Amino acid sequence: MSYLEYNTQRMPKGAAKILHLNWALVVLLVAVACYGFVMLFSVAGGSATPWMEPQMQRFAMGLAVMFVVALIPIWFWRSVSGLAYGLSTLLLLGVEFFGSVGMGAQRWLEIGPLRLQPSELAKITTIMALAAYYDWADIKKISRPVFVLGAAMIVLFPVFLVVRQPDLGTSLLIAAAGGAVIFAAGVHWAYFAGVIGSVAGLVVAVFVSRGTEWQLLKDYQYRRIDAFLDPTLDPLGAGYHINQAMIALGSGGWSGRGFMEGTQSRLNFLPEKHTDFIFTTLAEEFGFIGAGSLLVLYLMILAFCLVTVLRTSNRYAALLAVGVTANFFLYFAVNTAMVMGLAPVVGVPLPLISYGGSAMMVLMVGFGLLQSAHVHRPRLPT
Amino acid sequence: MKRSDREKELSRRMITRRALGLGGIMTAVTGTLMWRLRDMQLEQADAFRLLAEENRINLRLLPPIRGLIHDRNGVLLAGNEQNYRVVMTRDDAGDIDLVLSRLQKLIALDDEAVARAREDMMRNRPFVPVTVAERLSWEEISRIAANAPALPGVTPEMGLSRIYPLQADMAHVVGYVGPVSDRDLEGLERPDPVLMIPRFQIGKSGVERAEEERLRGKAGSQRVEVNSVGRVMRELDRVEGEAGETLHLTIDARLQNYALERMAGQSAAAVVIDVASGDILAAASAPSYDANLFVRGISSRDYNSLLENEYRPLVNKCVQGMYPPGSTFKMVTALAALEAGETDGRERVFCPGHMDVADNRFHCWKRSGHGRVDLVAALAESCDVYFYEMSQRCGIERINAMAERLGLGIRYDLPMTSVASGLNPSREWKQRTRDADWRIGDTVNVSIGQGYVLTTPLQLAVMTARLASNRAVLPRLIRDPLERAAPQAADLDLRPEWLEMIRRGMSNVVNDRRGTAYSSRVTEPTMAMAGKTGTSQVFSITRAEREAGIRSQEDLPWNRRNHALFVNYAPLVNPKVAVAVIVEHGGGGSTAAAPIGRDILLAALNEGRPPLSAYPTSQRNRISAEQEALSERLRDLGSFRVSRA
Repeated sequence: MSYLEYNTQRMPKGAAKILHLNWALVVLLVAVACYGFVMLFSVAGGSATPWMEPQMQRFAMGLAVMFVVALIPIWFWRSVSGLAYGLSTLLLLGVEFFGSVGMGAQRWLEIGPLRLQPSELAKITTIMALAAYYDWADIKKISRPVFVLGAAMIVLFPVFLVVRQPDLGTSLLIAAAGGAVIFAAGVHWAYFAGVIGSVAGLVVAVFVSRGTEWQLLKDYQYRRIDAFLDPTLDPLGAGYHINQAMIALGSGGWSGRGFMEGTQSRLNFLPEKHTDFIFTTLAEEFGFIGAGSLLVLYLMILAFCLVTVLRTSNRYAALLAVGVTANFFLYFAVNTAMVMGLAPVVGVPLPLISYGGSAMMVLMVGFGLLQSAHVHRPRLPT
Repeated sequence: MKRSDREKELSRRMITRRALGLGGIMTAVTGTLMWRLRDMQLEQADAFRLLAEENRINLRLLPPIRGLIHDRNGVLLAGNEQNYRVVMTRDDAGDIDLVLSRLQKLIALDDEAVARAREDMMRNRPFVPVTVAERLSWEEISRIAANAPALPGVTPEMGLSRIYPLQADMAHVVGYVGPVSDRDLEGLERPDPVLMIPRFQIGKSGVERAEEERLRGKAGSQRVEVNSVGRVMRELDRVEGEAGETLHLTIDARLQNYALERMAGQSAAAVVIDVASGDILAAASAPSYDANLFVRGISSRDYNSLLENEYRPLVNKCVQGMYPPGSTFKMVTALAALEAGETDGRERVFCPGHMDVADNRFHCWKRSGHGRVDLVAALAESCDVYFYEMSQRCGIERINAMAERLGLGIRYDLPMTSVASGLNPSREWKQRTRDADWRIGDTVNVSIGQGYVLTTPLQLAVMTARLASNRAVLPRLIRDPLERAAPQAADLDLRPEWLEMIRRGMSNVVNDRRGTAYSSRVTEPTMAMAGKTGTSQVFSITRAEREAGIRSQEDLPWNRRNHALFVNYAPLVNPKVAVAVIVEHGGGGSTAAAPIGRDILLAALNEGRPPLSAYPTSQRNRISAEQEALSERLRDLGSFRVSRA
């Protein structure tokens, strides 16, 4: 695919591009972000500081970034995919050697005043690199082992580096989003069956290795798994967070306990209530109406992302959009499953709602790329 | 790379198909999440809501105010005093060592207390207040308040703690309170949750323990909202508790104080009973101890010195002490013989100074013998042979029955600790416990209050009251201040002419020249007294000792000497008060116990202080000097009187 290919077809130019954005998606994103603002206001005890205000500024910045990325032609992004991937991998290596330790893991890289979380960046760049790879590869050959190995290398290199930080949650998310792109590209389903089979084998190995010299995970990770499997086993220890989260969530009922009336969050029974566990506060204070409607909004975002995927005939753009969609889906699915006791506690924020800069920015860049794919989709001449 | 249109179409179809597949998976997963959310929020909402409430709300108990204990005239025997204490919170203190060392400069605080406070703070969560010092004076509290800025985390607090204003006077009767121990909780089916309050105090002995339920009151409660670390955020509501009941004892604190001081320096006990009502007016066991020591936490040195004291201050000898009654038992033997019809009382028995029974020679205390004595003379002069004779005529079973009728060998249900039943022996009892046949010698021994028979001073006082009133007087320690008249005890149904003889004999003990306690007579007619002395043998002087020159009791070591007893009542007409006194190893009843019994009885009849006019003129100089010396130690109860009951 080249510039020429696009040029032969009708394409909006200049400011007119704005009209061709996936506006429904923009509206949905703003709606979800507003849920976030309300909740951050509530968990701060009815105060705009310290969380809601910065979050609004970030979201505004994120929207601006999204528009900028969206207006830049998709073929530009295709051509810098390799570069971006290389850069983010370098940053991950930088974390490996110079990163600062936060929450027991090296996750941030400080460059001057900038505080970067390269693992978040790697989520997008890995998707970009994979999309570009499959755009480049011969469609008939992609199911050959060599080509699959190439794609696997692209995914597993950053995954390996992120696991070493150690950040199991993010690394699994990168791997899963990468897997979604590889799947969409059309690689033979037998590979996926093989991967799923070996993952199951790995899970068995993880449990079997526990307590031996070659145990595969850190002790705290095992404890998290234990807590996930039976939160009531140790209600004041490893299972405490998930237990309290479930109590908050369940006690919301149909319509919730009322804005800023959630006892679980107000009395500090909830951990990380402004970040990873914010969904529980939402569920506690606004009940099934609040939490369920958020899930519906998320589902609608997925639907409009898929519209973009389906409407572009461009292979790179479509695969990129699949990756962004899968990435977004994984965020909210893992986070909500975690607080509902369906998944182990891994550090995954609730997209667009949890307080935090890096994740928000990377998400908005991702949506920007998807919008760019939407705006710059090949159109048949009329 | 350049692709053919066919390839593009292939790619597009593949992506469309697989993207829709992925979309399907995503929708399914989201649906599952939705289902789970619905299940938790709609199906299980109530269960989770309950858990959230349990998380949030903490029920705290407010300790009730313990009931007061008054004497019969409204003198406070057990009260609650405001107790200033200092609590400290680790969270707010910061450098606890620094704050503690500053505190040490302001108030008396030994290193041990500091170490304990430090340990308590480290063991508890940082926001839990820990008591550093208790019972501070107002000056100390003011000093702490003035230096508050230098003492972060330190707060003065006020609570209530038990106090016994009369200190040692009432220790054996009222008892004391102490922190709840595991032993206290043992055997309680459903312990009152208030007992779990840290530092809650429970009755450990005496009335405090026996009437714990009434004195404790009902705990109030306070519902507070707590956060995840247990810090109280706000009070939701509060239910005030109910203070414990105020108890009115039958004790007259002034008389009790007099009795204790009168027996000071001796190991002795005295019980004073109101003949009409059975009210225990005094139950003094000397020496006593300060119950406040136990409330505050007695030091092991003090405790050991109480334990090792051979006068056993911790024992309430009035109800716990069991002694052979000696000659004070002779009224029982006499009445048993009278009732059996074995004598008419006027019959005279010859006392040669001894009697041979079944190859054993039983001596009278008077080796030369009393000659021919009737019942009245036998009591007055305490002739042993007369009772040896009578007991053989009527037998042990009749004596046993009469003893029980007069209140001996019975465990009275009084709110005191370890009330003993004494021992009223019988044929059956000996068979059961000793697996031996009752012998005639046993009966002869019992007839003069020796051998197996054991009584407590309380029982002797009850016996005396029953003899004085011909009613089955029952002792009691707690009275209803509103009661109009004391309940009248059942008729004892002893024939008046028998009792008349017994009373005449007892009167002659003190009022007849030949009486054993003539020197303890009372000359004031309105307080005229009757009594009976007793000297109970603890050890007999052995042959070896006799050969070594030990002839009299004074030559023996203290703990081998005889117990001295005296029971008495007054006035002779319409008796009001009965007294029993025992002086452990005091020697003879007439010399060691009778003067005490007389003084206490006179005090009981005269508002707690014996009137000098009641004594024989020849004794007044000596008595007056004694009273002077004693009056310095007596307590003025004016300040302890709270209300006139």
